[in-house]
Amino acid sequence: MASTTTTVPSAGPFTDSRSFISRLRDGDEIARLVTFIFAGSVVLITALLVYELWRESYLPRHKFGFGFFVTSVWDPIFDKFGALPFIYGTLVTAGVALLIAVPLGIGAAIFLAELAPARVSDTLQFFIDLLAAVPSVIYGLLGVFVVIPVMRQYIQPALKSSLGFLPFFQGPAYGVGFLTAGIVLAIMVIPYIISVSREVLISVPRDQREAALALGATRWESTWKVVLPFARTGIMGSIFLALARALGETMAVTMVIGNTPTISASLFSPGYSIAAVIANEFTEATGDLYLQSLIELGLVLFLLTFLLNGLARLLIVVTSQRGSEMGQT
Amino acid sequence: MKRLASLVFAVLALVAMGVAQGALSINGAGATFPYPMYSKWFDEYHKKNTDLQINYQSIGSGGGIKQVTEGTVDFGASDGPMSDEQLKTFQDKHGFPILHFPTVLGADVPTYNISGVSGELNFTPEAIAAIFLHKVTKWNDPLIAGANKGVNLPGSDIVVVHRSDGSGTTYIWTDYLSKVSDEWKNKVGKGTSVNWPMGLGGKGNEGVAGLIKQTPNAFGYVELIYAIQNKMPYGKVKNSSGAFIKADLAGVTAAAASAAKNMPDDFRVSITNSPGKTAYPISSFTWLLIPSKFSEGSKRDALKGFLKWMLTDGQNETEALSYAKLPKEVVAKETKALNNIQ
Amino acid sequence: MLTMTGLCALVAVAVLFFILGYLVYHGGTSVSWNFFTKLPAPVGEVGGGMANAIVGSAKLLLLATLLGVPIGFFGAIYLAEFSGGTIAFVVRYAADLLNGVPSIVIGIFAYSLVVLPFKHFSTLAGGFALGLMMIPITLRSTEEFLRAVPRALREGAMALGASRWKTIASVVVPAAYRGILTAILLAFARVAGETAPLLFTAFGNRFWSPGWNQPTASLPVMIFTYAIAPYDDWHRQAWAAGLVLLGLILIINIVARVILSRGVAVPRT
Repeated sequence: MASTTTTVPSAGPFTDSRSFISRLRDGDEIARLVTFIFAGSVVLITALLVYELWRESYLPRHKFGFGFFVTSVWDPIFDKFGALPFIYGTLVTAGVALLIAVPLGIGAAIFLAELAPARVSDTLQFFIDLLAAVPSVIYGLLGVFVVIPVMRQYIQPALKSSLGFLPFFQGPAYGVGFLTAGIVLAIMVIPYIISVSREVLISVPRDQREAALALGATRWESTWKVVLPFARTGIMGSIFLALARALGETMAVTMVIGNTPTISASLFSPGYSIAAVIANEFTEATGDLYLQSLIELGLVLFLLTFLLNGLARLLIVVTSQRGSEMGQT
Repeated sequence: MKRLASLVFAVLALVAMGVAQGALSINGAGATFPYPMYSKWFDEYHKKNTDLQINYQSIGSGGGIKQVTEGTVDFGASDGPMSDEQLKTFQDKHGFPILHFPTVLGADVPTYNISGVSGELNFTPEAIAAIFLHKVTKWNDPLIAGANKGVNLPGSDIVVVHRSDGSGTTYIWTDYLSKVSDEWKNKVGKGTSVNWPMGLGGKGNEGVAGLIKQTPNAFGYVELIYAIQNKMPYGKVKNSSGAFIKADLAGVTAAAASAAKNMPDDFRVSITNSPGKTAYPISSFTWLLIPSKFSEGSKRDALKGFLKWMLTDGQNETEALSYAKLPKEVVAKETKALNNIQ
Repeated sequence: MLTMTGLCALVAVAVLFFILGYLVYHGGTSVSWNFFTKLPAPVGEVGGGMANAIVGSAKLLLLATLLGVPIGFFGAIYLAEFSGGTIAFVVRYAADLLNGVPSIVIGIFAYSLVVLPFKHFSTLAGGFALGLMMIPITLRSTEEFLRAVPRALREGAMALGASRWKTIASVVVPAAYRGILTAILLAFARVAGETAPLLFTAFGNRFWSPGWNQPTASLPVMIFTYAIAPYDDWHRQAWAAGLVLLGLILIINIVARVILSRGVAVPRT
């Protein structure tokens, strides 16, 4: 019967059984209407955006159809456009970013929420919020002047000599590429994972922890087996927030990914992401097919997010059922 | 309550700041190729005419053509002349034509970053085409080494760098390659944005220069001033008469010489691979794209005033930034053409 | 477990200090009176500044906040307090979608909605694009914090005879004040550094931008332009601008927390 903070209730906690007049007099109906308009405008804006994307991409959709998704040629001179290299680059860089950021982020959040004294936790959280505030161009700046040289001179050669038998770490070390972009993205999304996960972990009721400890669990067991599952949906939410950020990041990626539409198993290879190609080519795409192909790419990215969101919701529904089972004493 | 009041006050103050000031603002966008020159010119012209601001953003030639066609900027700039199709699009959209006005002459140079090689390399057209077509992949390939006897070229892979944005600099480079290599012409073609066989993409001349500077064994093309300002080595290119020419004011001026005498009325002309013993083969005019009609008389007069100044005083400042002046014949013809702006 | 997780936290914080240190080292020496008061100088000349970019960014962010915060805030109130299942689901889903739209696509949208019809790049268009980005972050986070307010508080107020909106205004929102302000600040911080949507909305300006209808310079775009340029002076200015931008955001963060600490805090369970 614990009041959950992150699950979605089926109806508002208060079903108003007063008469309409009574509600109107109290101003509630107006308040409801006004806030509804604001909430509705969000849906309207999003719908308008999708509609614009759809409408302004009809040329390539009719010309290429589904072939757009599986073609890897991008040729503005001969008017042949395919989205595959950009989809690949977007997914790979985001994947690398999450692989790095999620363990680090959740680990840090556990430290801040469970283990560190409140003062230390708050101070560190303050700094981590600052990390979230660092503008993306600054990450791009540091990417260009710090990460790329380090990757080219130290990290990529080291990876090559130790793990070079894997297809991921083969090929010449340019410094730019999927791996570099993934690392820069990871740094950018860690703060989101940490700060939201920490809040969620903190808001897990104390009695849950105490119950576990009272039963003889160690600190670790209490965290891992009781607190984390309880906070699972919130943490998932933070991961998907981070993923959304990683997929759409433009500036930092275009400064370190190499801007070449290539599909390669090697993480050292330069590549391209959807956001980066739009940024580079939108203002100058002369010719409707060209411009609309870029817009269709934007639509594709949108679809990717759509799918991921759907997955996220599914996961949340599944885990919240499990979580509520565990929460019951 | 107090906080709310101070917030309102701050908003009002900012709104007051937002109220229009007296200056006339003209917006232009386009090529990065002449940007060092334009930024100097517009700044100087503003100092001479303090109530006129000409705001130019270098977003690439493709962007210049697109935005002036859309009407979101008052003028554009490009190093690749607009194609007939693009001219027609503008005409259809606005009901009147757009005019090209050459401003300066510049050059694309092949620049590189090879450890141990600090001097000038010689590049034949075949070598450049082969490198960009990914048929020559190592620096010590005979096609390159053949023209550079005595230079110790490493056996490392060439890292090709090109533009990732729509660029007149690319147009000039691919226009040249299309002239000297049939394979390039058929496979890739010329344009502000092409399907590069391979290579890393940098944004703007600046981005390419930056990439090449930081990537060992890199090879790419930038406008001359960018190589000079960044102290990057750039090579000589063999021209149509067989001489290896290094890009400089003399070579670029020589490239324009024959075109100057036969300049078409719309000023659209390509001077890559031009005849002339001392001509630098990858040279080009760069143009301001000015609509022929302005609804606001003040903007039209301001731009015409600027163009007049550019053709006279402005031309005296080009050489300091390694751009070549316009030939006399072209200046005369342009001055007359100014009357076409209404 | 302590060492492992502690290390994670340390790594995250260390990155921040590295960034700050790098910015201070490279930008600190270039932050000068010129930087704050002068307009940009032409290519290759020293002594230029970013005065117009600073003012431009301020104007853009003001517009963004005026658009994004009310929609996010009141929308969140609707979701947390008034709505039923389906509508709430749709709104949340739309917000998540909007959040996932890459900033460059928001730029495209703002371009076709505000720039093309008026045939002008403008501060308005830039502010609109940034405001759109603030909406989903404000909305979702505010909703989370509103929901975190214990049911007991609401029930107490209702039991005393307060209407729904009175409960919300005087009990729930103040109780969640801390989280809501943090949400707004996170959104603000996020868009303050955004460059991509400004590329073809606010565009850029070498001079002062009069009014709201002309293109304007902004700190993030200047940083980007200067950073990828080959000129060392511009690089220094880019670092300086980065430092100034981050400094401004820092100050806002600190001020907000001071305000927060005087407000009603939700006790940690």
